[in-house]
Amino acid sequence: MNWSDEAIVLGARRFGESGLILDVLTASRGRRSGLVYGGASRKKRAQYEPGNSVSVSWSGRLEDQLGRFDVAESSRDRAARLLDTSLALKALATITTLLRGVLDEGDAAGSALYGPSLLLLDMLEEEGVWPALYVRWEFGMLSALGFGLDLSACALTGENDGLTHVSPKTGRAVRGSEAEEYIDRLLPLPGFLIDSAAPATPGDIANGLRLTGHFLGERLFAAYNRQLPDVRGRLVAQMQRAGIIAD
Amino acid sequence: MSERVAGPEILRMIELIAKLPGLGPRSARRVALHLLKRKDGLLVPLAEALGEAAAKITQCQVCGNFDTIQPCAVCSAPNRDETTLCVVEDVPDLWALERAGAFRGRYHVLGGVLSALDGVGPDDLSIAKLVDRVTGGPFTEIILALNATVDGQTTAHYIAEQLEPAGVTVTRLAHGVPVGGELDHLDDGTLATALRARR
Repeated sequence: MNWSDEAIVLGARRFGESGLILDVLTASRGRRSGLVYGGASRKKRAQYEPGNSVSVSWSGRLEDQLGRFDVAESSRDRAARLLDTSLALKALATITTLLRGVLDEGDAAGSALYGPSLLLLDMLEEEGVWPALYVRWEFGMLSALGFGLDLSACALTGENDGLTHVSPKTGRAVRGSEAEEYIDRLLPLPGFLIDSAAPATPGDIANGLRLTGHFLGERLFAAYNRQLPDVRGRLVAQMQRAGIIAD
Repeated sequence: MSERVAGPEILRMIELIAKLPGLGPRSARRVALHLLKRKDGLLVPLAEALGEAAAKITQCQVCGNFDTIQPCAVCSAPNRDETTLCVVEDVPDLWALERAGAFRGRYHVLGGVLSALDGVGPDDLSIAKLVDRVTGGPFTEIILALNATVDGQTTAHYIAEQLEPAGVTVTRLAHGVPVGGELDHLDDGTLATALRARR
């Protein structure tokens, strides 16, 4: 059994003296792993850094075996470009860690996140752009994996305008003016998540991260009996210190 | 190998040798036979050296290096620069820098790097100890000599943040074209990094 695909490297683990078990998110087959003979060699190791794009050919006797990857040269070395950029590098580590945390191996549904992840990774060098895109990516991840928020209409009135908050329990949007007595228990909904033309201020991005962080931790990662990875918390803390998001 | 060919002592020796990096069962058998054939000249001195190392070698409580004295020879050498501290991931990196002979300051071994994949967080490394050492020490420059990988550089950035209040200069090793490297054979990432760091 053989197949070839474009993929994003999510991580690599040494196997034996010179081999690697490469973990990738493919464009059409979801998250997949395979053994790369000689992948830990000094010459090849750099292309298997998380976030890089590679063209992979997988071969194995059965679809559910670990199999073997033949990897052509990486088509985009993102990791090397971001090594000097503290925040973007942390974002890259967070993106690949979250993907590893929530995608099951061999589940082709994971490929729904390939395009958005590629776009986000490509934008990490643009500091003014990626923070809002990152929030949208997390929001999209929740939807793609069946934990999407319902922002179509107010849960109390059914109206679809003036939505300002989200219920942390139901994940449904609410008009703040209709729920004043519960307002401190609701999560603020940043406008740029419902209107792509709306600006994303540092306060909006902070609210967006709070919103997606809540549902990633309480729903998505909880479904796997896992904690939201620490690296995300460190990313948010650094974004605060850098003034990219409001405190 | 059956017990009739070799006794349990030899089998155990082969099993243990096979656990060394670069050696599998076949090469472990060759090594074991080589040692057995040179019992007096090699096996006995090696066994004595290993026994002595096991009894005497400890991890330096100051920097994390391995040595028979406490603190280690590097930390206790009086002729080294007291104002520069080089932070490395592990002991082999310290030894590599010492082999190069280009650095004459002090070292700090982290014991690994932050890795979300392997679940290694700041508390699993000797980062707090490093901050204490720098805060109370004579250092004016901290060199972060960590690997040019996502995990290595994420750790470097994290340490730089932690050391900010100490007011010391934090520097890093350059990334770029290796000595003897040909541009045509470099990967795109290295080339781009080298070009950005041109001088």
